[in-house]
Amino acid sequence: MRKKLNEIDSGKLFLSGNEAIARGAWESGVHFSSSYPGTPSTEIMETIGSDSPEIDAQWAPNEKVGMEVVAGASFGGARVLSTMKHVGLNVAADPFFTLSYIGATGGIVIVSADDPGVHSSQNEQDNRLMGRAAKVVIIEPSDSQEAKDFTGMAYEISEKFDTPVMLRVTTRICHSKSIVEVGPRVNVPVKGYTKNIAKRVPIPSNARKMHTRIEARLKTLEDWGCDSPLNRIEMGEKSIGIITSGISYQYVKEVHPDASVLKLGMTNPLPWKLIKEFIDQVENVMFVEEGEPYLEERIRSRFLVDGTGSELISVEGELNPELVRKGIKDGESLPLTFSEVALPGRPPTLCPGCPHRGAFHTLSKMKASSTGDIGCYTLGLMPPYNALETVVCMGAAIGVLSGIEKAVGREKMPKLISAIGESTFVHSGITGLIDMVYNGSTGTVMIMDNSLTAMTGGQENPTTGKNLRGEPAPVLDLEKMVLACGVKHVRVVDPHDLPEMKRAFQEEFDRDELGVIITKRPCIMQYKPKRKTVAIHDPEKCVHCKLCVKLGCPVISWDSEKKIPVINEMLCWPNCNLCVQVCPKDALSKDLEGVV
Amino acid sequence: MSKVKNVIICGTGGQGILMASEVLCSAAWRSGFDVKKSEVHGMAQRGGSVSSHVRFGDKVNSVLVEKGAADVVLALEKMEGLRWANYLSPEGKLITCDLVIEPMTVNTGSAVYPDVEKIINDMEIPNLMIPVMEIAKELGNLRVINIILLGAASKHLLEIPEKNWFEAIEERVPPRALEVNLEAFRRGKAL
Repeated sequence: MRKKLNEIDSGKLFLSGNEAIARGAWESGVHFSSSYPGTPSTEIMETIGSDSPEIDAQWAPNEKVGMEVVAGASFGGARVLSTMKHVGLNVAADPFFTLSYIGATGGIVIVSADDPGVHSSQNEQDNRLMGRAAKVVIIEPSDSQEAKDFTGMAYEISEKFDTPVMLRVTTRICHSKSIVEVGPRVNVPVKGYTKNIAKRVPIPSNARKMHTRIEARLKTLEDWGCDSPLNRIEMGEKSIGIITSGISYQYVKEVHPDASVLKLGMTNPLPWKLIKEFIDQVENVMFVEEGEPYLEERIRSRFLVDGTGSELISVEGELNPELVRKGIKDGESLPLTFSEVALPGRPPTLCPGCPHRGAFHTLSKMKASSTGDIGCYTLGLMPPYNALETVVCMGAAIGVLSGIEKAVGREKMPKLISAIGESTFVHSGITGLIDMVYNGSTGTVMIMDNSLTAMTGGQENPTTGKNLRGEPAPVLDLEKMVLACGVKHVRVVDPHDLPEMKRAFQEEFDRDELGVIITKRPCIMQYKPKRKTVAIHDPEKCVHCKLCVKLGCPVISWDSEKKIPVINEMLCWPNCNLCVQVCPKDALSKDLEGVV
Repeated sequence: MSKVKNVIICGTGGQGILMASEVLCSAAWRSGFDVKKSEVHGMAQRGGSVSSHVRFGDKVNSVLVEKGAADVVLALEKMEGLRWANYLSPEGKLITCDLVIEPMTVNTGSAVYPDVEKIINDMEIPNLMIPVMEIAKELGNLRVINIILLGAASKHLLEIPEKNWFEAIEERVPPRALEVNLEAFRRGKAL
């Protein structure tokens, strides 16, 4: 039996960066946490949910609400944590920037998990720029041990200097594992709420004073950072001095163990005296950082120092040892014994049995398409569906559809609808729908309700009936909510009922009024059907039309010699019968009786 | 200081790659090494290519294996092994299997699944091609494919004593599946 993390008081554990942050929060006596899932940050909250009952943790409908709730809990004197992916911080930017002015009664740590390389995101923004703009302290760990230790130090800094602290991590910190020495939980009392209007109400007269205070705070921290163990000089050869932070430090140590290194664990404010001391000792300065040339631009402009960095490596994508070797060792690379082979790609696909397949297949057959949003259903853009053509950010599917109508008129796009998942709709789609009603848009919105925040691995949300810990919670009734927004035509459809799905789309395409279709069928991660059934193909009846293959189901491949479909029985999902429905000659069958 | 060992485990989403890399990391840690591993979650897991980098030795810095430095590329799917073969060092070995999972691009006819054996032979990539489905069927459990492959890899990772592999497996699998997993490991090792 695996022990829960809160049952272990000391020793060494093999933890991911995310697990280590959760552990760091637990050891620091954190009381409360509220967040919205987002790759690569999600497992921090999941670990707290499963292993840290001492922390009161909950999923928020979006990052802004999460940050506001932890702000309030901090006002009440609790130590708090809010985690998000990099673009999540954009959603929470409003409270984030002003929370910097207000400061921290109970320690506030905000985790920004950036995704260089865009493994599972829509951009690769570097949130050190956001942290600097908000004038908060930024801490960057470079492995799991530091992820835990720095989380603890972040709470001390937050309370000592009355500031929120941003813990900035990247995919390779969050999702890599290394050995971590752990310690016990420290019990910190909740300080309690004390009324303090001058501190917490930034009306202009107060806000000006707050701004003065945070400028002074940054100055104090600048000096403090020069003596902090967060920042350190590792002197090696004096001919080359590398300034680096986060995961990049590990790549530098890997490919150039003899170089002198200034490792910055606190990257805002910068410890200028320490940086000057380092620069003065080395002959050539180089910068190795993942993302924007954040350190490089600030340090070079301050000291007018010659140095190289972003132009030798890249501001695009994710760093790795090859890129860093090439950059800091004058184009060097390890000899490659075998060259890369051009192979068919393996793009992600909708799972076997996925409820979204029925909706996108139908749209595609009707030569219709959608403005899309962020979630598994973004995969509706892939062949064979090709049924999704825009994505901007969480919630944008609705506003974008309405905007296209404003520009070109509904008659020019009668078959373009908006496709948005239920979790994304609750996150920030509702306001878009209210806008459509208020301003007279006539399009169709499809809310794809699979009752799970699925793309990030399956988290609960206000529509699922459970909270972060899996306990029962009130269910948000989407249909009533849409009606309450003022939409007159709302219907709920099972997306695996293909004739019904088609009828629903056609009626909405024909109607010159705003309509909402809620496609309702649970994500396959939600449950395991009781009985295993698989599709059976009868080659005698087959007319080789390939309509089943065109469903884009990973279960069905095409035997080009025999010209028949091949069913992968290991993958076939028990209560799905889409292929049976699309076969025109009943060559595919499935016994669904008794499958729940 | 001993050289760091570099292993890449690759395949497709849902194949047990993460479990295999957990077993390898645990076995290496039990053998007294520093260990790091890295993988990617999220969108990539929806049927896409999945890989896990594992590195162990006296002291490990980078979480990623450098191109040209892999001692072992361990593939749970035939084409995925070939995809990662360029990471092999001159002494490295591709340990792969005959299991084919066609990507959607092949299913829908926009691409052709390559003749992997022929390419591997033409390129003279040192390899061990394991008939995993046959062995797994003999063992009566299709879920032990990853452990068969780990057994084969263990011959190239001799720094890890066999008992540490067994303990690592025991830690990860339910008691009723332990014996079949240990047998799968032995079968792989005997190849």
